[in-house]
Amino acid sequence: MGDLIFRGVARTAGFTVGFVLFLIGLFLLIRAIPALQSEGFSFLTTFEWTSETFGIGAILYWTVVIALVALVVAVPMAIAVALFIVEYAPPRLRKLFTSLIDLLAAVPSLIFGIWGFYYLQPKIIPLSRWLSERFSFIPIFASERGLFSSSAFIAGVVVSLMVLPITTAVIREVFSRVPPGEKEAALALGATRWGMIRTVVLPFGRGGIIGGAMLGLGRALGETIAVYIIISPIFTISPRILDLGANSIAAHIALRFGEAAADPQQLSGLMAAGLVLFLVTLGVNAVASVVVGRSRSAKGVEL
Amino acid sequence: VSVSIKPAPTHSSASGGGSADLGREPNKVKPRSFRASDASALFGSMLAAAALVWLLFGVLLPVDNTAMASLAWMATFLLTYRFALKHTEGVLVARDRVMAVVVGALAAIVLAALTSIVIFVTVRGIKYLSTTFFTQTMEFTGPVDPSTEGGIAHALVGTLQQILLATLISVPLGVLTAVYLNEVGGRFSRSVRMFVNAMSGVPSIVAGLFIFATMNVGLGWSFSGFQAALALSILMLPTVTRTSEEILRLVPGGLREASLALGSTEWRSTWQVVLPTAKTGIVTAVILGVARVIGETAPLFMTAGGSPVMNANPFEGAQESLPLYIFRQVKQFSNEQTIPRGFAAALVLLVLVLVLFVTARAIARPKVERTGRKWRRRPRRSRTRGHRAGTSLASGTARGRRGAHRKPRLRRPSQRGAQRSTANPTSTEEEAL
Repeated sequence: MGDLIFRGVARTAGFTVGFVLFLIGLFLLIRAIPALQSEGFSFLTTFEWTSETFGIGAILYWTVVIALVALVVAVPMAIAVALFIVEYAPPRLRKLFTSLIDLLAAVPSLIFGIWGFYYLQPKIIPLSRWLSERFSFIPIFASERGLFSSSAFIAGVVVSLMVLPITTAVIREVFSRVPPGEKEAALALGATRWGMIRTVVLPFGRGGIIGGAMLGLGRALGETIAVYIIISPIFTISPRILDLGANSIAAHIALRFGEAAADPQQLSGLMAAGLVLFLVTLGVNAVASVVVGRSRSAKGVEL
Repeated sequence: VSVSIKPAPTHSSASGGGSADLGREPNKVKPRSFRASDASALFGSMLAAAALVWLLFGVLLPVDNTAMASLAWMATFLLTYRFALKHTEGVLVARDRVMAVVVGALAAIVLAALTSIVIFVTVRGIKYLSTTFFTQTMEFTGPVDPSTEGGIAHALVGTLQQILLATLISVPLGVLTAVYLNEVGGRFSRSVRMFVNAMSGVPSIVAGLFIFATMNVGLGWSFSGFQAALALSILMLPTVTRTSEEILRLVPGGLREASLALGSTEWRSTWQVVLPTAKTGIVTAVILGVARVIGETAPLFMTAGGSPVMNANPFEGAQESLPLYIFRQVKQFSNEQTIPRGFAAALVLLVLVLVLFVTARAIARPKVERTGRKWRRRPRRSRTRGHRAGTSLASGTARGRRGAHRKPRLRRPSQRGAQRSTANPTSTEEEAL
């Protein structure tokens, strides 16, 4: 009898998690309906946000751009850090380094934001200027006005530091599962350490690298406050990531929330934007776990 | 020296049990990974690159930019290093060494970023920390008043209450979910685990929006600290659940079996044997959960609302919190008087996070070692049965034996154990933390 209650209570707790997730989707949907009805499909394609017409076309675009910049920076770094921890670092340093990466995950996103804005931005702007001067023939590096602050690039670099810990954790876990026999076989055949990594560790860890990157993408898409602090919001799209101005769904919700609280229609629009963000991150995370689950290396790795 | 004769420079630190076995053979040549000639190549290339960059940036086309100069130096150094090694050691070794430098440099950059965050916030914030900063509120301090006035007392109270409430909500739920996943199990445990993973990916702003949609719009409440606590508990729950599940997984199956064999019910053996064994681990889970949410800002806009005055009642009225305070001072008001105040508060927040993080580690570590010895003591008495179970806490043997008579719910742990059995037991435990 007692056991039945115990099992029941534990099971209820487990289901509560799923129930809350379901409620999040449901309530956002209910609150989003007025906006979705008035805007229709153009909610996804409209490039402006006023209290009359609004849509997330441009915002969604910049959200993805910032997340992609973050991944382009974070994934090579995460692979390097994971390799360093698993293959290069001496055992004592290994633990310390793992802890430090975990500590990086514990630093609040707000602090990343103010650090990025006040410390990193002045350091990155010369790099942006140099890139845009030398490589302006590549569309993403071109610059229209020569203003390089508050750009998608800077936001992406800061977000990359924030997704680094989780991406590194997955990749490290996978790298540490490479069968020692295969590594030793490579070394016995005369491979150097890098040769061994290139032919054994990296191919074995491919699933984990992709899964970790996807997981990082999910985090990067939902990043709010750091992006909010850094970017200056725009509602047009352009490939120029170095130029002033960008946007993101999460930052947009935070930015407009104050004025929307008194305007039911706009609030409903923000709920719809939140719903889109929720569904996109759920989708990305689901794909990540499928990718990781399917690969030989990453079976059983917790995401 | 040609490549084929030179021993692979890497073997000594390559991981795995195999190289350790090789180490015991008497006539083994111990390959050294770093020799005098390597040092000359390394430091020579560094110097050469530095000279070249100095010539370029300092003399020929003066650019006053340390970041660019160091990037250029790194690139030049790698090229020089590769060129030098290619001529003395061959292309394979050159590639190996260059990649080692690249990997080390990237890791160092990440470390440098972390250090620079800590140092930057400390340097900018420490000037305005004073006792009044901790005892005053912003009730009588406007955005243009000097930085030395005003304080964070109300924000600290708000954060404390919100975090406490969020802990009270999410910890019982999280630990029970972990118990469900690891002790009870059943058909739905796979989907529950999936839900927990999905929840850990929910963006924090969505959690805030959800609470706003239900409480403010739906029930007509206005901002309060309790709503903030609800939003934070959504974010805290997955961390608590996953960390405590990892901990429960480390509790040896033998303890459970012994308790059940003595006739206790499943409920009693969980409550009196499993959970007490995992006690400190669960404390770690709670602390990590708190560290996860203590700096959350975005959901608090929509739930706590923020206020410049002290509000010690979390169930009524808008309440301040430390992240909201920092955000307002640094971003919203954003003038010479408010920004230093924001940085001082950011330093307080960072110190709180660091203290929580270090505490979590400190609590987790001795426990793991102690229990590790306790469990390892058994094999010395009876080598035959307990041996493997003692070597690896999460390992296959104990789990597997348990799995023999209670298959369905144990499939997962035994799989993990089998995969992890190659790893060093203590490192497995610490990874879990």
